[in-house]
Amino acid sequence: MLEYIVRRIITMIPTLFVISFLIFFIVELPSGDYISNQIAALRSSGEASAVAKLEFLRAEFALDRPFFERYLIWVGLWSGPHGFDGLLQGNWGWSFEFNKPVEAVIGPTLPLTVILNFATILFVYIVSFPIGIYSATRQYSWGDYGFTFLGYIGLATPNFLLGLILLYFFNRWFGLSIGGLMDPQYLDQGWSLDKLLSILGHLIVPTIVIGTAGTAAMIRRLRANLLDELHRQYVTTGRAKGLKESTLLVKYPLRMALNPFISDIGNLIPSLVSGSVIVSVVLNLPTVGPVLLSALQSQDQFLSGFILLFVAMLTLVGMLVSDLLLAILDPRIRLGGKASG
Amino acid sequence: MNVLSIENLTVEFRTAEGPVRAVKDVSFAVPQRKTVALVGESGSGKTVISQTIMGLLPTNAAVTGGRVLLCDPRDGSAPIDIAALDRKGPQMRHLRGNRVAIIFQEPMTSLSPLHTIGDQIGEAAQLHRNVGAAEARELTVEMLRLVQFPDPASAVDAYPFELSGGLRQRAMIAMAMICKPALLIADEPTTALDVTIQAEILKLIKDVQSELEMSVLMITHDFGVVANMADDVVVIYHGEIMEQGTAPQLFGNPQHPYLKALLNAVPGFHMDKDERLQPIRPIILPAEALTGNRVDCTVKPGQPLVKVTGARKEFSLRKGGLFSSHSRSILALDDINLTIRRGECLGLVGESGSGKTTVARAILRAIELDSGTVAYDRGEGLQDICSLDKPALMDFRRRVQLIFQDPFSSLNPRMTVNDILTEPLQIHRIGTPEEQAERARTLMRLVGLDPRFLRRYPHSFSGGQRQRIGIARALALNPEFLLCDEPTSALDVSVQAQILNLLQDLKRDLNLTYLFVSHNLAVVDYIADRIAVMCRGRVVEVGETRQVVANPLHPYTKALLSAVPEPDLNAPLDFEALNRSRASDPTAWPEPYRLCPQDRPLLVEMEPDHFVCAPALHGKQYAPSAA
Repeated sequence: MLEYIVRRIITMIPTLFVISFLIFFIVELPSGDYISNQIAALRSSGEASAVAKLEFLRAEFALDRPFFERYLIWVGLWSGPHGFDGLLQGNWGWSFEFNKPVEAVIGPTLPLTVILNFATILFVYIVSFPIGIYSATRQYSWGDYGFTFLGYIGLATPNFLLGLILLYFFNRWFGLSIGGLMDPQYLDQGWSLDKLLSILGHLIVPTIVIGTAGTAAMIRRLRANLLDELHRQYVTTGRAKGLKESTLLVKYPLRMALNPFISDIGNLIPSLVSGSVIVSVVLNLPTVGPVLLSALQSQDQFLSGFILLFVAMLTLVGMLVSDLLLAILDPRIRLGGKASG
Repeated sequence: MNVLSIENLTVEFRTAEGPVRAVKDVSFAVPQRKTVALVGESGSGKTVISQTIMGLLPTNAAVTGGRVLLCDPRDGSAPIDIAALDRKGPQMRHLRGNRVAIIFQEPMTSLSPLHTIGDQIGEAAQLHRNVGAAEARELTVEMLRLVQFPDPASAVDAYPFELSGGLRQRAMIAMAMICKPALLIADEPTTALDVTIQAEILKLIKDVQSELEMSVLMITHDFGVVANMADDVVVIYHGEIMEQGTAPQLFGNPQHPYLKALLNAVPGFHMDKDERLQPIRPIILPAEALTGNRVDCTVKPGQPLVKVTGARKEFSLRKGGLFSSHSRSILALDDINLTIRRGECLGLVGESGSGKTTVARAILRAIELDSGTVAYDRGEGLQDICSLDKPALMDFRRRVQLIFQDPFSSLNPRMTVNDILTEPLQIHRIGTPEEQAERARTLMRLVGLDPRFLRRYPHSFSGGQRQRIGIARALALNPEFLLCDEPTSALDVSVQAQILNLLQDLKRDLNLTYLFVSHNLAVVDYIADRIAVMCRGRVVEVGETRQVVANPLHPYTKALLSAVPEPDLNAPLDFEALNRSRASDPTAWPEPYRLCPQDRPLLVEMEPDHFVCAPALHGKQYAPSAA
């Protein structure tokens, strides 16, 4: 098992390199870069004096080098203007738009993003699990139809609209401040219990808003999977043994229906990040989503490149976690190689 | 004393078209320590009866009349009417798996793949025998020993996918036995298994039955099994009992025409070459329809049409992941030499895993051989099919077609029958759309199906009907050579007789050539002119059907033949002999047949046109006294 984990982690390294190259390639696809665009803008307005400074900056960030060199310098495998100084050395790059290191731009947003994503995944699983089981075991009952209907509404409602409605009511009923992930007075304070509670309170709306679509989809999937499994022969075998229906359900078909749930962990993460951009803008959430959007628009390439790479990294870790969980849960995966050999 | 008495049982299903009576006024009894066989075709209501006894009827089914009385000989209490119990209630759960147990047909799917067999077997003991986990484990080991598991102590922790089909069925039997039930229901327990394993499982059920003094209700459509197992026989058709009595009565003097018809539909070794099976619903063959757009086959009857020379194929099994590459390989074909002559049917026989299907796929050029050639005569002499260029390969594909084993997965569920039947014509650009449609109608009539069914999807047909659609698809291009990969092993005897007769008529009228792959020697005996027996990727015996069946020389062929249960009370299986011979292990064969892994499986002509794999005799003159 340990050997398997190590092997899986080692195989992640080449994958990350391929992803980083693709990201860099795609981020650089639009012609020019942030600085050359600025130079062009200054030239057209006749302010030639500032151009020299920008030319200096271009050289400073190695933007005048060929594509492959730029990529390798970014990663940290090529000697740039400051020697080997890239992602591998822990330098996340420079954000032109914010005129700050990338680290400083997204540093505070990263933990909140992770917290929000984690809360959303938890919400999706906790809500969809019992509903999915209920719908499958009582197929075509009123409850099943009701949840199906709710699920379709969840899928069809625009997230930001739902977000605005919920924010309004939470503000009316509980006095929750609109937008953000905490009450404004905690913004510049250090961590305290009150701040934590405030964050938890503010998490509810975005979690529900971002999670509904995923929950609806997950309910449908669990219901379909479980329905497939419920009619399998081994379920009849269990029933023929004299097992109680509830014990039977939990021990056999549910366990089988779990697999797609677990393998979904890796897939959920990128869709949550990219899917929540609009919601984050509307609800004014300090997550990386809006930052990514603006970075892509203004060709702030190191910033957008790093965020994309970070999401890819999260996805890979999610995949790793789901693979490991699958191996633990499903002996066919754990022992399959041995059995066929 | 009767352990189970069914009195005037009627079961109804609520369907969209109103109630359907699946079981009508059925009465029979299972006496203590006896085996009763419930015989009938699929759809006759056998399984509904077993579900009623187990309380496992689907929710849309209800017992509308009659009683199912279970009388437990162990505690001597008053009989319980199962039909009156709440199916999900505690009383029913107490009986299920405890006093009445069941084994299912499909050992591959009836165990959960995620739990060890020890867990699944011991569960029943924990439920009903009031024991803890450790004790249940001990009981499980004991049970596994009873069902003759090799190394029961470590098998407890095995997962079902690590076991072969035969072992899984043994595990199922152990699970059913662990609470020492009064009644065991065996629902087609051996239909999905090879003949040799079938014989082992039947023997096992008999042994366990006498050990535990239990009654058995054996549900089957195979009269060979009935003749070997049953004391009493109940014949059921469309939910009604046609005839019942003791086995000698029914085999010796069948009364009801349905029983007679069923018995006539079973192929057996005693049949004459020109004797025909009598299917219950015969198909009349309009042969003229099949000669229309044929590619000319100029090979003369009796001349070699297909020649496989020195075919060898190894499958490597990858183990581990990216960085560990220790691979193992399985020798699927070892130096196979076969000739199929125009107009004959060559039967290819062997257990599962013997390489039969691999040979068929190699002939189709569906897999690449490691070495050796497959040559086919398209009227220009034998040509290596691997050297065919694209147009020649298309021509070859038009001449050679395949009928699959599984009628359920070999038809695309999203295509109508019409699409399925016209697709080959579209691929080969034969005829206008109108001609193709006409052809599809002809094909349907040819296999005995109503052309109006063309717009339906496969799911609305029964297994036998689907298999006929599969055959119609194979015939769409009017091929000259048909590969039949176990075409009847998933079907009832009556439908099997239909299909076999259809194939024979086609061969007679169209001079088709067949390669007929099967594990059922009786079927091959009925349809094949010559037989090739395969074991572990080697051909061990080839010869005229009559010769091979009447005078088998190779120990493996003998074992296969002796494992076929004959529908005849006077020819019971010799269970003891079966247990002794380890016939599928080449290194355990007696001299001169013994094959060590490095030996070349050379064939020796022991009688005229009767070849046997005996490397030790190669090059020597055959002396009759040596055998």
